[in-house]
Amino acid sequence: MPEAAAKPVLEVSGLKKHFPVRKGLLRRTVGHVFAVDGVSFSIGEGETLGLVGESGCGKTTVGRAVLRLVEPTDGSIRLDGADITGLRKAELRPHRRKMQIIFQDPFSSLNPRMSAGDIVAEPLGVHRVARGKALRDEVAALFERVGLRRAQMDAYPHQFSGGQRQRIGIARALALNPKLIIGDEPVSALDVSIQAQVINLLMDLQRERRLSYLFISHNLAVVEHISHRIAVMYLGRIVEHTDKKTLFTNPLHPYTEALLSAVPVPDPAIKRKKLVVQGDVPSPVRPPPGCHFHTRCPYAVDRCRIDSPALREVVPGHHVACHLR
Amino acid sequence: MVVQSASASAALDDGVVLDVRGLKTYFYTRQGLLKAVDDVSFAVRKGETLAIVGESGCGKSITALSLIRLVPTPPGRIVGGAVSLAGTDLLRLDEKAMRGVRGNDISMIFQEPMTSLNPVMTIGRQIGEALILHQGLTRAAALARAVEMLQLVRIPEPEQRARDYPHQLSGGMRQRAMIAMALACNPKVLIADEPTTALDVTIQAQILDLIVDLQRQLGTAVILITHDLGVVAETAQRVIVMYAGRKVEEAPASELFARPLHPYTSGLMASIPRLDLIRGHVEAGRLQEIPGMVPALTDLPTGCAFAPRCQFAVDRCHADYPPYEEKRPGRWAACWRSDELYGAAHA
Repeated sequence: MPEAAAKPVLEVSGLKKHFPVRKGLLRRTVGHVFAVDGVSFSIGEGETLGLVGESGCGKTTVGRAVLRLVEPTDGSIRLDGADITGLRKAELRPHRRKMQIIFQDPFSSLNPRMSAGDIVAEPLGVHRVARGKALRDEVAALFERVGLRRAQMDAYPHQFSGGQRQRIGIARALALNPKLIIGDEPVSALDVSIQAQVINLLMDLQRERRLSYLFISHNLAVVEHISHRIAVMYLGRIVEHTDKKTLFTNPLHPYTEALLSAVPVPDPAIKRKKLVVQGDVPSPVRPPPGCHFHTRCPYAVDRCRIDSPALREVVPGHHVACHLR
Repeated sequence: MVVQSASASAALDDGVVLDVRGLKTYFYTRQGLLKAVDDVSFAVRKGETLAIVGESGCGKSITALSLIRLVPTPPGRIVGGAVSLAGTDLLRLDEKAMRGVRGNDISMIFQEPMTSLNPVMTIGRQIGEALILHQGLTRAAALARAVEMLQLVRIPEPEQRARDYPHQLSGGMRQRAMIAMALACNPKVLIADEPTTALDVTIQAQILDLIVDLQRQLGTAVILITHDLGVVAETAQRVIVMYAGRKVEEAPASELFARPLHPYTSGLMASIPRLDLIRGHVEAGRLQEIPGMVPALTDLPTGCAFAPRCQFAVDRCHADYPPYEEKRPGRWAACWRSDELYGAAHA
């Protein structure tokens, strides 16, 4: 199992993204959405880090901030050794080749007026990698690698099924031979039988090309299957971060415990004791003081309501942000 | 046409509240005739949860909409079958009589509570509406009952929430309000179409717990439409698996998960990553794929609709649609090779 060894492909430290909340005629800033509030992690070559959490926890914003699709408020992002945090657009371009993204919805992320072949060819053209026949051959090879037929290059997105569209998205992401691919819920919109095909494809590609993945998803079972290490987010912060086996067999944060026990198990013979947490996720505009999870935590003590717990390494390789551990 | 005279629920024992026979709902489109629901039969008993599972386009939602006659017409039309609720065939009622049934005897909750709630009406009034219409309550009495219903679905501060508008509630709270509305008239049957799919997993657990609890209290029969086998395993007693508009398997939940009798069911179960396996220290290998994709309903193969994706398909499967038959007591499947693959019935 690859560890985040000597030279990680991606290193994120102290990442913050606060979106201003504007109100009134003068659009005055009346507050901030603390979407990402101090997140650090790294991903090694050929490694998959799963980022899980419920809606509004900031996992998607982390992905976008790493790609600099949203401008981070604070923190640094190092890609393949280079700090890309402060770079301007033109300076960023050569680094952009090294990281690509696959989106959740293959229906809205492909230009309906472009043929599938042109969609995959576009990044190769933009970065002047290939042209003419060489470009077409390259695209054809990518099509075949992701399980599409060469003949489908001239078809338009609406002529493909959801699973096939996601394959087009993967082919486009692979075109520039990136080091890092960020998958933002890449299989969540797919039917289960198709989901398995796409997960297998992503894992095969990783093995062949030593790709690193930041795999963002709300689906714990999928994340468990594809990841080497997993970070659990709650209201903008990582609350637990460790290798997947440890996380699933010995979760230390009460939120992780609640998440795991909430996932329905497809086997009626297994009767489990469930930890069903009450209440809703609080608003990220006014996150509760202290530990963000204390409002729903069955074990919370007075200290949790005041002090915000830091992410500590409680066992080698196992990071948890909880006062009680 | 294959004989599909009876279904697993044919044993008309007491307690059957809704009996569906040979339901056919077709869509007449420019692409041709779509048999969205093709000869589907089942029955639901009092207090029971029946799950209908399948992937998108298998006809599970159209089946649900057919039961309460909300199929968009045109292009859709219910062309055959019977839906009997306490002896009355709902498909023969006129629209006025049907309105007396919807929300009263049968009610439905949907995936996205925000789009099925009226944004300009308070939660309390929306819940009370059905009570005024169906049970002739006064507005004040309906509102009081609405508050009770909100309490029943465990919404904190029900008096205040009854005065709120849908956008003031969170997704989980909105789904609770939908459930309160659906159960206000104490219906015999509750149809839940992907009720937790839009919700976060911790909220999903709360809502599923709530549905199961209320069902126990009120004895409502629940038809649960879902694509999530985990949700099925945790809530349903009986399961119907649909593929391309037809039933391919029906069984008690425990038996279905222990040993499916149709290759599609078996393939579905093997294709989902499972959390419980890693806890049992089974290393995750490759997921088993079902090759290809769900066929378009306009272009169904002649034989078994699943045959082109089935690793066990033989010539016969491509030529003729297999009969839907009882393979062993209480277990039905439509597969030529079921006995051979999964063992014949003992005794």
